[in-house]
Amino acid sequence: MTTSAAPPTVLGDLSREDLLDAYRVMRTIREFEERLHVEFATGDIPGFVHLYAGEEAIAAGICANLRPDDWVGSTHRGHGHAIAKGCDVKAMMKEIYGKRGGLCKGKGGSMHIADFDLGMLGANGIVGGAPPLICGVGLSAKMRGTDQVGVAFVGDGGSNQGTFLESLNLAAVWNLPVLFVVENNGYAESTSSRYHQKGIDVAKRADGFGLPGVIVDGHDFFAVYEAAREAVRRARAGGGPTLLECKVSRYYGHFEGDQQTYRAPNEVEHIRQTRDCLTRFAERVTTTGVITRDELDAIDRDVRALIDDAVREAKAAPDPDLADLVTDVYVTY
Amino acid sequence: MARRLTFQQAINEALAQEMRRDPTVVLLGEDISGGAGANGQQGDAWGGPLGVTKGLWTQFNDRVLDTPISESAFIGAAIGGAASGLRPVAELMFVDFMGVCFDQIFNQAAKFRYMFGGKARTPVVIRTMYGAGIRAAAQHSQALYPIFTHIPGLKVVVPSNPYDAKGLLIQAIRDDDPVIFFEHKVLYTMEGDVPEESYTIPFGEAAYVREGDDVTIVALGRMVSMAQQAADTLAAEGIACEIVDPRTTSPLDTETIFESVERTGRLVVVDEAYPRCGFASDVAAQVAQHCFSALKAPIQMVTAPHAPVPFSPTLEDAFVPSPARIVDAVRQVAGKGAEVTA
Ligand SMILES: Cc1ncc(C[n+]2csc(CCOP(=O)(O)OP(=O)(O)O)c2C)c(N)n1
Ligand SMILES: [Mg+2]
Repeated sequence: MTTSAAPPTVLGDLSREDLLDAYRVMRTIREFEERLHVEFATGDIPGFVHLYAGEEAIAAGICANLRPDDWVGSTHRGHGHAIAKGCDVKAMMKEIYGKRGGLCKGKGGSMHIADFDLGMLGANGIVGGAPPLICGVGLSAKMRGTDQVGVAFVGDGGSNQGTFLESLNLAAVWNLPVLFVVENNGYAESTSSRYHQKGIDVAKRADGFGLPGVIVDGHDFFAVYEAAREAVRRARAGGGPTLLECKVSRYYGHFEGDQQTYRAPNEVEHIRQTRDCLTRFAERVTTTGVITRDELDAIDRDVRALIDDAVREAKAAPDPDLADLVTDVYVTY
Repeated sequence: MARRLTFQQAINEALAQEMRRDPTVVLLGEDISGGAGANGQQGDAWGGPLGVTKGLWTQFNDRVLDTPISESAFIGAAIGGAASGLRPVAELMFVDFMGVCFDQIFNQAAKFRYMFGGKARTPVVIRTMYGAGIRAAAQHSQALYPIFTHIPGLKVVVPSNPYDAKGLLIQAIRDDDPVIFFEHKVLYTMEGDVPEESYTIPFGEAAYVREGDDVTIVALGRMVSMAQQAADTLAAEGIACEIVDPRTTSPLDTETIFESVERTGRLVVVDEAYPRCGFASDVAAQVAQHCFSALKAPIQMVTAPHAPVPFSPTLEDAFVPSPARIVDAVRQVAGKGAEVTA
């Protein structure tokens, strides 16, 4: 059955520390992405960069329910998932600059950031790449008798991929401890979802495969957190998979450099002003009096300093060693 | 009349001319109508991620279809459409995504004519972008034409310049068999003389890009311009290179390659693909088998390493065969010693 989660009214089981952590994660992602937006325009950053800004509440809300030994499988828009799963921000920045000391030695880049030690199975250049892999993660947990869970992220566009639909069925029929999180930002590249999906609610597809489907506001950390808490609890307890659809918006182009001529004027401006996840989170926690504005401001300052350092160090880092061209490939000719 | 067009414009013109000529030609692919906007109006905003289809939706409307990100379904639909009366041209953004829909291509399209006793035709073209050079990393940079060349029933086209791109694409659209058409992302902005009128270039006919009697260089796609740069350097040293561009890897014009090697006795094959079971090793094997007695030196292959395409610019630049490496290989076969190693 597909349900729309009711807006949460309380801060649930979240402690002050949890709330401060969640805010720090979201702020770090925002600052990381906004800084990349600026730095990309200077021409220093090679390749494709897809920014997660606007969607922070999803990564933060989901990953706040995960343990370090749980796994996430990400997308091409993966910086947010990586940060929320605990990846080293400075090593990520070096990776995006293609430098030595990058999280993947500069061999992967923005679209392939991974850290298996932290359960980050990788950003993915192939749309729909993660769901089958996460079925494997679920199978592995089940067969080894652990209570780990796996989370696969896909976009609205990715939810049309056969791999996604096949994975829903496989996870349901094998009762796997996994979540499928659809980040529905209304676009696949330049194609609005009304042109690529007949039924706009992807979560309804869960019905057809026999797993629960839930729709939440992806701009609301608390809504995502609560829906994910329920789904993760169920998965850990052997109750099987969940499909969670988060309605959200992206603040920047599909990739950096995208002119976005397909978007309505002021579309993003309006969302930023009315629905921004950080603004809403701050309002919520400060009006309930749990956290003060000063505490949030202090986090903002910390994060800004961290990202400044990360960019400075990435720019100063040396290029990878040429010998790395043919390492990590078992055999070369 | 010939004008200067980019590779991208040449392909766009070929598509437009064939669509005008034949109403069964339809285009399908992700975002190719140019961007479908939030306000519900389809427009000509973008021209697809490859920029190749710009302006076509406004001219041909519902014959230019944006597809969901469902490669198995829409590539399969192009193939089924071809079997039943259309001449679809599908755009598969990056050749690396072929993995998602490969069954439809190599078990379905490629086999129909033979497996159904010659009764089926599958006039489909799958255009796709390939190659390294834009820091697009391991899953967006491969040169996978050897995989398709391996499959009987597919025709494989790898043009090296705007003129060839237009003529070969028109040929591909009129061809009754499935054609995989490779467009190098770095070549899109390359300019060249392209006649305005429609013309075709037959498959399996190599082009002599440059004539010379000392060493034969076989190269295709982006590697042709790399070979030309190398040949310029070598000419200054008194080594005359002949560059043969096969233009299609299947069918392959072995006759022209053999003819050239018989004359020069020396062969360097340049290939952006991985070295094992690749285009270079295939050409080298054919020449070794058929022109052995003409060879005056061992054949040299200049290829990418047997490794995924790295992201970092320094590593990616070392990955792609360079004019310097081609010069080095030519000197070796010419017996002039090697001075350059990277
Ligand atoms: C198999 C495959 N097909 C196509 C692409 C090209 N591509 C990259 S991102 C993208 C759009 C993805 O849209 P969505 O899943 O909604 O994610 P979003 O970018 O909105 O986060 C496309 C078509 C790809 N990388 N892989
Ligand atoms: Mg999307």
